[in-house]
Amino acid sequence: MAFLDKHKAIETHATLLMVLSLLVVTIGGIVQIVPLFYLENTIEKVEGMRPYTPLELAGREIYIREGCYGCHSQMIRPMRDEVERYGHYSLAAESMYDRPFQWGSKRTGPDLARVGGRYSDEWHQDHFQNAKSVVPESVMPPYGFLADNIIDGKYIQDSVATNRLTGVPYTDEMVENALADFTAQADPMGDSSGLEERYGKDAFGTAINVRNFDGQPELTEMDALIAYIQVLGTMVDFSTYTPVANR
Amino acid sequence: MWDYLKLAALGLVAVLAAIAANYGHDLAYQVNAIEVMLAAGIAFLWVVRSAGDPKPNLQHEYFDSVVRAGAIATAFWGVVGFLVGVVIASQLAFPQLNFEFLQGYGNFGRLRPLHTSAVIFAFCGNALIMSSFYVVQRTCATRLFGGSLGWFVFWGWQLVIVLAASGYVLGATQSKEYAEPVWYVDLLITVVWVAYLVAFMGTLIKRKEPHIYVANWFYLSFILTIAMLHIVNNLAIPVSVFSSKSVQLTAGVQDAMIQWWYGHNAVGFFLTAGFLGMMYYFVPKQAERPVFSYKLSIIHFWALIFLYIWAGPHHLHYTALPDWASTLGMVFSVILWMPSWGGMINGLMTLSGAWDKLRTDPIIRMMVVSIGFYGMSTFEGPMMSIKAVNSLSHYTDWTIGHVHSGALGWNGMITFGVLYYLVPRLWNRERLYSLKLVSWHFWLATIGIVLYASSMWVTGIMEGLMWREVDANGFLVNAFADTVAAKFPMYVVRAAGGGLFLTGALIMCWNLWMTVRAQPARVTQNSAVPAE
Repeated sequence: MAFLDKHKAIETHATLLMVLSLLVVTIGGIVQIVPLFYLENTIEKVEGMRPYTPLELAGREIYIREGCYGCHSQMIRPMRDEVERYGHYSLAAESMYDRPFQWGSKRTGPDLARVGGRYSDEWHQDHFQNAKSVVPESVMPPYGFLADNIIDGKYIQDSVATNRLTGVPYTDEMVENALADFTAQADPMGDSSGLEERYGKDAFGTAINVRNFDGQPELTEMDALIAYIQVLGTMVDFSTYTPVANR
Repeated sequence: MWDYLKLAALGLVAVLAAIAANYGHDLAYQVNAIEVMLAAGIAFLWVVRSAGDPKPNLQHEYFDSVVRAGAIATAFWGVVGFLVGVVIASQLAFPQLNFEFLQGYGNFGRLRPLHTSAVIFAFCGNALIMSSFYVVQRTCATRLFGGSLGWFVFWGWQLVIVLAASGYVLGATQSKEYAEPVWYVDLLITVVWVAYLVAFMGTLIKRKEPHIYVANWFYLSFILTIAMLHIVNNLAIPVSVFSSKSVQLTAGVQDAMIQWWYGHNAVGFFLTAGFLGMMYYFVPKQAERPVFSYKLSIIHFWALIFLYIWAGPHHLHYTALPDWASTLGMVFSVILWMPSWGGMINGLMTLSGAWDKLRTDPIIRMMVVSIGFYGMSTFEGPMMSIKAVNSLSHYTDWTIGHVHSGALGWNGMITFGVLYYLVPRLWNRERLYSLKLVSWHFWLATIGIVLYASSMWVTGIMEGLMWREVDANGFLVNAFADTVAAKFPMYVVRAAGGGLFLTGALIMCWNLWMTVRAQPARVTQNSAVPAE
């Protein structure tokens, strides 16, 4: 075992041991992570993906704050039962503006990747107040307090601007009008033409949900969260999508 | 002079934290800022009181006071982590325990990261820092490097735990599993971790033994790799310096890959490599036998650290991660079985010629069972990383069972063994208060783990099969809610198993407390003097 005897050099020099073990642990990560940033077929070319509106972004921050990712995945795998149950399997493109990603790792509750538009706003209001009222078997905690937390979007522009800084394609107008768009989306009586122009059908192919999501006069965290839930999985236009075989 | 610098720095931190608390955008940020202010204030008073005192020369003694504090912190955070675990396990069985009047602060979603972080980073983290400080001093026959740097690492780590834990409950999280602490806590972790590396590496460099003992190879690679993983996985831009929110630099598929490169190797290096370092020192010590094979330890060390880092993508099978990456992750995960079992064999076979101790020594029994669970979960892991198995097991409770047989069985049991070994020595006591209570702890913990793991196998495989079940006409048989309802009895069993494990840990705390309180001091020479 002469080869192993050479190990003496490493185990008698602390710095050598440190440098060598650091080199050994970097290799795997470099090989697996770096190509994902330049291989072109990593993220599919699709129609319809847009950045979240300010209200949806605020809803996503609430989704994160409450730890929803601990029980709900947002990643449909291409198995028959999952496609039957949840819809088309998830594409990498669908989470390309998610910082951080929300794919999840556990389904104590069902997958939410395509939950948008599947249930009414009223169903979600009831479900967040008391999940058992609409799903008797549910073990989901109560989230009624969200309907009591009034939000004014004071810091929403910071969130939009920081997202743009990291590479999400928000335009100058989107950043400037973040607060106006934030309130416009939950006010069906108001003027939402600016919001629609920036994020809607003409810009990205799908109209924006402009509704009073929580059914109350005030703008609350419940509005934001339901706005986020209702857009999940609805952006990509699958009529124009053809999967690539070599991916 | 040094004291004045410290006072100036602490005073500045306290003032800045007070300003930050005033301007904070969210409650979690404000509370965290106040906690930092209090910590800096207390440290300030401490330095003022002891400034100018003559410093005794301790260079000929081991730095054991910080190890004693670490042992107490390990036991304390262990109980906290297990308790929160029992609470959230009960919430899954009985959702009415998500009390409405707590306005979300006590909901499962906020307590779950509290549980995982308390067990991984508070309990296991303190066990690793404490035991590595003990081991590196003994095996290098020298005092810990860096004066009171060890205290900075210890208290810095406790501050990290308090900031992260209170932040989770108040809603501060960046949602990356096992890396939930927000950006400013991440910065503090980086500072503390670099100090830890300096203290450990400095001790290795000034060692008085020619060879670096194998336990230290594992500890060193654990410290280095965690530093690398932590920094890369937490690259984010804060929304504002006065907000706990931040936006990740990477998105979607790349972010998922980096997260599980981190997540799997938090297991691989925090919970495996570091704990193998523990095994390589304390098992031979307690068994009074040398390590089974020196050559095996060389091979399995390099193979383990090289292979582990590749295994991350097996958390992303069949997702939007490209196929080549997930296949690579699967192949390396299966190969990883070999070095993992190399470590298990080296640990177990260290008992060659001392197997009779299993009958008389409940501490060695604990260590052996922990190595057994290590072997079991490092077989189960590669099996679950095979795509065909993973298509069933992913997203189910099977994964939860798997991590708990590792965390409770391997990390928990060996830490208990180490605490039973260390406490009489650190406090210079003749023996433990009661070996009988150690036996009680052993059986409560073992039965608890078995209940936990087997109930999660049942629910995991059951729900995996129920989700994919189709009838003769090709329609899905079960609604998602049916699978939730079917899991109820096993959720009760799981919570009961966790309750047994927690009871065992409480018995341990009582036993260790009484060892320090009531046992006579050892009359022989203080073991804290190095054999120079």
